[in-house]
Amino acid sequence: MAIAVGLAGAGLIGLLIYGISTRSPSRTLDDALAAGVYPSAPEASAPLPRLGASGKRSISSYRGEVVVLNFWASWCEPCREEAPRLERLQRRLARHDATVLGVTYKDAAADSLAFVSQYRLTYPSLRDESGEFAHAFGTDALPESFVLDREGRIVAIVRGEASEAFLQSAATLAERT
Amino acid sequence: MSPPLRPPAAALALWTTVVILAAAVMAATAANGTSPASLPTIERQVMCVTCKIPLNVAESAQASRERVLIRRLITEGRNEAQIKRVLVGEYGPAVLALPAAKGFDLAAYLVPAAVLLALAATLAVLLPGWRRRALEQRERGQPPPQLSPEDAARLQADLDRFD
Repeated sequence: MAIAVGLAGAGLIGLLIYGISTRSPSRTLDDALAAGVYPSAPEASAPLPRLGASGKRSISSYRGEVVVLNFWASWCEPCREEAPRLERLQRRLARHDATVLGVTYKDAAADSLAFVSQYRLTYPSLRDESGEFAHAFGTDALPESFVLDREGRIVAIVRGEASEAFLQSAATLAERT
Repeated sequence: MSPPLRPPAAALALWTTVVILAAAVMAATAANGTSPASLPTIERQVMCVTCKIPLNVAESAQASRERVLIRRLITEGRNEAQIKRVLVGEYGPAVLALPAAKGFDLAAYLVPAAVLLALAATLAVLLPGWRRRALEQRERGQPPPQLSPEDAARLQADLDRFD
């Protein structure tokens, strides 16, 4: 009896650990970058609905462009500070076969579109409806940005509001490659 | 020839199993209800996605936005299940207060049921033994434990004080 209770308890603890580990934001990408490795963007071929347009696109369809992948939502206060900077960056990137690509997270499409309109954003955004795309990037707080090179590899990550220096490095990558 | 009678403990375990499984199935299917919608009913079943607390106790700007959307869907005549589907489409599965009854989330329903089942099985195994020992003790006619002379004197003194 004691063995059965012990096994059941161990099973429950194992289940709890598994549940927590699968739901916690992964830092695999950050660790790879810290080790000097440029990991391929996860879920690159996952089709995501386009915000404010019909159809879906995956980030693999941007292969050949430098992409500043930015997770945002209309309810995210720092995103309001960041949006004008990203729009200025977009105007620079557009001249060099590069783009800012927004991905909305836990946000109603109507609210996201109102945000786009308010900040006159011209860069495209996709909708992560299930949250799985963001989870693959270890995203659970907004905003977060990832710079992808022309081969679709992640070369820089910022978890939190992107600084001017971070955005400048993305522009430099686009201009020099 | 009459069928063999089930021992009481096994019957108890069987009934407990049936009741627990029925409760688990009801809880799992409750999330897919098709009953008419009202704001308080929906608010109890969904989360404020930014504050990560149930919507019925959330006061943030995002909670207000979610309520506006729910009110609009109710006005359009959608039922509970349809409204929850729209909310999941807009905010993702995290908007649901109860996890989906599939995949790993199924554990949220099965584990409590399994724990209750294990407790019922443990009682079914242990109760007959406890009962048998109690009966044997009674049959042996063992007298109840006696107080020591000191304890008896103290008890008597306390009783006398209350008289």
